[in-house]
Amino acid sequence: MMTANEALFQFLLRQGDNALVLGHRTSQWCGVGPVLEEDIALANTALDLIGQTQLWLAYAAEVQGEGKSANDLAFLRDAYDFRNLLLLEVPNGNFGQAIMRQCLFDAFQVPWLTELQTSSNQQVADISAKSLKEALYHWERSSETVISLGDGTEESHAYMQAAVDFCWPYAGEMFCDDAVDEAINTAGIAPLPSSIRQTWIDQVESVLSEATLTKPNSDFAQRGGRDGIRHTEHLGHMLATMQVLQRSFPGATW
Amino acid sequence: MASTENTELSEQEIAFQARIDRGEKIEPKDWMPDAYRRSLIRQIGQHAHSEIVGQLPEGNWITRAPTLERKANLLAKVQDEAGHGLYLYCAAETLGITRDEMFEMLHNGKMKYSSIFNYPTLTWADMGAVGWLVDGAAIMNQVPLQRTSYGPYARAMVRICKEESFHQRQGFHIMMTMSNGSGEQKRMAQDALNRFWYPALMMFGPSDKDSVHSAQSMAWKIKMNSNDELRQKFVDETVPQAEYLGLTIPDDQLSLDSDTGHYRFSEPDWEEFHQVINGNGPCNEERLNARIKAWDDGAWVREGMMAHANKRSAKKQVAVG
Amino acid sequence: MSASNEWPLWEIFIRGQHGMSHRHVGSLHAPDAERAIKNARDVYTRRNEGVSLWVVEAKHISASSPSDKGPLYDPAKDKIYRHPTFYDIPDEVGKM
Repeated sequence: MMTANEALFQFLLRQGDNALVLGHRTSQWCGVGPVLEEDIALANTALDLIGQTQLWLAYAAEVQGEGKSANDLAFLRDAYDFRNLLLLEVPNGNFGQAIMRQCLFDAFQVPWLTELQTSSNQQVADISAKSLKEALYHWERSSETVISLGDGTEESHAYMQAAVDFCWPYAGEMFCDDAVDEAINTAGIAPLPSSIRQTWIDQVESVLSEATLTKPNSDFAQRGGRDGIRHTEHLGHMLATMQVLQRSFPGATW
Repeated sequence: MASTENTELSEQEIAFQARIDRGEKIEPKDWMPDAYRRSLIRQIGQHAHSEIVGQLPEGNWITRAPTLERKANLLAKVQDEAGHGLYLYCAAETLGITRDEMFEMLHNGKMKYSSIFNYPTLTWADMGAVGWLVDGAAIMNQVPLQRTSYGPYARAMVRICKEESFHQRQGFHIMMTMSNGSGEQKRMAQDALNRFWYPALMMFGPSDKDSVHSAQSMAWKIKMNSNDELRQKFVDETVPQAEYLGLTIPDDQLSLDSDTGHYRFSEPDWEEFHQVINGNGPCNEERLNARIKAWDDGAWVREGMMAHANKRSAKKQVAVG
Repeated sequence: MSASNEWPLWEIFIRGQHGMSHRHVGSLHAPDAERAIKNARDVYTRRNEGVSLWVVEAKHISASSPSDKGPLYDPAKDKIYRHPTFYDIPDEVGKM
């Protein structure tokens, strides 16, 4: 049986690691986006996510109570201690795949953070309220982009259909409740992720339909990210890059 | 101000030069000599290209930034460069060239970008050196250009200078942290200064006596100071900063001339400069290929979004009609 | 790619939170007006809320077109006091 504190720590890592990993992936577009306006917009999204990371991980470190900082958690944990969704750690692939991923994640974040605003935990509520404003804009932008590209040319349609087919098996993990979620729910900190599922499906179906894309039929979900049991091979490479300076020069100030 | 020789100028050209001499701004619809238009397109286009190619060497470290704060700062800075490229392309577009045409000319080598971005960024200290030296040199060029004669260019520069004020400080702050850090960090900082010092001096262009476009550009106020003048100013301001950092400028000849109050310094290797301009820099091919790849990979996105917008507007028209 | 595929150019006007009127801040490219507004938020306000945005496709803006001969310059000549450069201010004073 995990303690309330342990559950809260795990919960906060999930929020923070989602933001950190997606922020990192999104920052990789800087300088190589499909058009300047998108390049700039994607950087804004990445900056929002890095900002959210700082808030969630700082609180996580405080709850952990070992005198660590947000940076310690971001740069000195190994892959099996990360608690992000698999969906967010897979490489960007092409722009279509990246924006589809963003859209599927935003469709979750908006109702999720909306619920968290009324969390019994004031810090969770505050961070969520701030993050929600950003998520709403990300959602507006990502859903509109998915619609444009799905409905655009034959070529862009094909890219987007391939993107949704690729992302789909990773999306189900968002709703797989586990013991951490149960404990957090019992404490009134957050609803069960599964309770968001119908809202998410409605939103996503509406976007895909407007985008003239076919929703994949399978409900199969790749799991192992948010509990850290089995990440993809990609996370290790991402961390090797991201953590290189902190790992190579332990204790240095930057 | 004495301008070019009046004897060969038409009445229109004389009036045009007089407006510039009076400090008036030239606006897109105003008459202007073809050569003025061409020079501006070349200069603004090159400046714009430098911003977006300039994203690459710093972008190289975004994924490896050592803390969340540094990551956010660096990303914001590189994002600003995209924004500055965008403002400048828009300014050039008012002269009757499209952004796509300028990209094409960048990709096929007909237009250049600043050579400094053909140098590699090898350690995290390079993020400091680039901000401190490269942005520092760029700012020296840009501040006077806020008064340039072409209105849209001047206005773009005002916005750019305002946003850029934090860039150099960001770089210097990284250098300070590294110089005060461990032995390894200090070594990285000195190494970065060693590699970026002369390329930074080259950013001001060849010596005035060898510079092709200077005189006419200065008369037109699309160039506000001479290359040598700005280079000297840069050295004078940067040497004390290096001393503050406890770093050594890689120049044995460097000395303060007590008569003039200016530093004497060694010229950069102009042979290297010309080699880099002509494609033989350490990263020319990589940088250009990265831009071309981004542009080609993005084609379906740009076309898809345009196609959707056209469909939507066609639907709206049907609905209205 | 031909130039005709290029996203159209939009002129962006912003009224800040306490501003009295919209001011032209620059331009950008976007496939349509809705996207132009979003791009403007990202490019020109960096998401600053509480501002009002107008976007106008550049081709729909009509600008006064100065004639290229005398009439343009003549009126200015007897009102040189309207030009900032008429007032010779020493450099040490700084920006003005």
